Amino acid sequence: MSKKIRNMTDSNMLLSITIIVFLLMYIGAIIFQGKGFTKPQTFFNILNANAGLIILACAESLVMITGGIDISVGGMTALVSMCCAVYLDHHNGNVPVSMLIALLIGLAYGLVQGYLVAYLDIQPFIVSLAGMFFARGMTTIVNSDPFNVVNEQFVALKLTRINVPGMGSINKKGVYVNAYVEIGVIIAILIVILMFVMLRWTKLGRSFYAVGGNKQSALMLGINVKKTKFLSHLICSVLAGIGGYVYFLHVGSGAVTNGQGAEMNAIASSIIGGTMLTGGVGNIIGSFIGVLSLATIQNIVATAGLGEAWWTGITIAAMLCLFLVIQSVLMARKKKMMKK
Amino acid sequence: MIFDKKISFSVVLVMTLLLLAGCSGFLLGQDQGGSSDKGQQDEKSNRSVTIGLSQIGSESDWRMASTRSVQEAFSPGRGYYLIFDDAQQKQENQIKAIREFIDQGVDYIILDPMVETGWDSVLSEAKEAGIPVIVYDRRVDVKDESLYTCWIGSDFLLEGRRACGWLSDYLKDRGINQDINIVNIQGTLGASAQIGRSEALDEAVLAHSKWKLLAKESGDYTSAKGKEVMNDMLRRYGGIINVVYAENDNMAYGVIDAIEAAGYTIGADITKGEILVLSFDASKAGMELALDGMIAVDTECNPLYGPKLVEIIEKLEAGEKVEKETFIEEDQFSAVGYINSVKVEDTSYPVTYLTPEIMKEREY
Repeated sequence: MSKKIRNMTDSNMLLSITIIVFLLMYIGAIIFQGKGFTKPQTFFNILNANAGLIILACAESLVMITGGIDISVGGMTALVSMCCAVYLDHHNGNVPVSMLIALLIGLAYGLVQGYLVAYLDIQPFIVSLAGMFFARGMTTIVNSDPFNVVNEQFVALKLTRINVPGMGSINKKGVYVNAYVEIGVIIAILIVILMFVMLRWTKLGRSFYAVGGNKQSALMLGINVKKTKFLSHLICSVLAGIGGYVYFLHVGSGAVTNGQGAEMNAIASSIIGGTMLTGGVGNIIGSFIGVLSLATIQNIVATAGLGEAWWTGITIAAMLCLFLVIQSVLMARKKKMMKK
Repeated sequence: MIFDKKISFSVVLVMTLLLLAGCSGFLLGQDQGGSSDKGQQDEKSNRSVTIGLSQIGSESDWRMASTRSVQEAFSPGRGYYLIFDDAQQKQENQIKAIREFIDQGVDYIILDPMVETGWDSVLSEAKEAGIPVIVYDRRVDVKDESLYTCWIGSDFLLEGRRACGWLSDYLKDRGINQDINIVNIQGTLGASAQIGRSEALDEAVLAHSKWKLLAKESGDYTSAKGKEVMNDMLRRYGGIINVVYAENDNMAYGVIDAIEAAGYTIGADITKGEILVLSFDASKAGMELALDGMIAVDTECNPLYGPKLVEIIEKLEAGEKVEKETFIEEDQFSAVGYINSVKVEDTSYPVTYLTPEIMKEREY
């Protein structure tokens, strides 16, 4: 066993911790909470409600792996959803164009932030902080009142459900209710797979790790560090645009408060998933599980009747601490072993 | 080998910490009421009714008093297990909470909706799952009315009519026959409370030939904005204002500040040039002002929905039908005296004479 662990890469080891803890938590929830968690739909609802966050977490992990950070993704979610909502309702727009708007906002953000970070060498935290303020501000300028989108084409898309065969459950009246996921979940899972493949098996993907791990060595390997950094921010922002749209598709409303704290949740999910803030280490599947862990904890807290806002915050804090402690303890042990 | 031991130690550590972090939460929850699973295994008479409550947030004293009232009413001692969710002013969170309630298989869902629209999808899921939804305070606007069982809330038009009725009776009783100049400090425009209360005043002004509505402007339900608007009106109309119709206590507070700062007196004696202030909500601060006679009459907006909701759920449990729409009972408080009841459309409503004892009894 110890040999196996010794041969594991850092990313893989952190990923296994994440998966084990998530499974333990979910099994714990089934044992202690009973009923609700045994229903597959509970799990699918977690996916439905967090499809947007899953995409944002993928985006966040990518910049974190490259050694950066992006705290503008939450603000972008608000901006994307408000712009699309206003376009769809006030200008009677159509859905494909609204998707294009979301992508364009992402692209614009990515170009500007990526350029500032990579070529002008400004701290990514500062750049994205400005980006966050700008996005929140712009959202208010576009429209300050929250409203629900009534555009028929959009509502039809929002209500589209993909039934999952054989996973339904029987309701109180003894009628079988189908289990379902929303379209956003399919998009989110596709993106997770795409990002996973890209990061693991493509030259570009490996160069993100290289740049995040050690810039100097990456440079010596002949990797264009600036370009890699630029691309990480570009992809991150485009993904944030898509994530924002998926989030918008789930909530169906434009509001300044949309995606509040989403950037922090995305960062937390990435960390839970084993991505390190120092860069070079991380795994997209981990971030995906990280989002699920975060959402499951929230669900447990809420259904235990501890719905007051502070409980959720406290449990997430406890969980983050836990993961960080486990990570650093195990990493330290591993390092010691490597020396032997 | 040593490492293996350490690994297993770490796993144990993880599990213990997890227990501390998360599980203490739901163990605590179970202690309070026993899960619905256990409940169903017990005798039917011992079965606890599980209720999911989705509340808008905790932004005001009124909202918090409302939450407390419902939490107290559905206590474990009475055979209820209440799951409370604070949506922090986001409809998205409320929808998520309702889905969680459905997944947990609660018996009833109680909802104070943040906004009127956007509930069709999640409420039809609740209906599909066979869970009755009781809406209270604010309303929902859904295409299919059968998506919720019933609604219970305030009758804002009646509140306004009672306030105007009190003013009319008071003037008659005191034999005041002069022109009455009124200014209306409105709530946030478009809020249902504002619409009902303003409409009642407009009605009353039309019905009384001596009443004149000088101006109406929104004070956004805040004391700061209320003060600002009142300052503006005093500059424009000065001493000719007789009555201020403030649509909640917070604004009345600001209004009183502004009037005093401008050097006018507040009171019920209109003939001596005093300015009479009418207000709504009957919050603690408002009632204190009413006790001092600064607010002539404070018409209540009752946040204590708990008992009424219990009544509805008991009826539903017994298999009885409930009214689709019910209004919650509300009171009217005044320390001015003279008027004991107000008549609105042939129904007589009592006016409670405000004393320090009454203040003590009130929770809110």
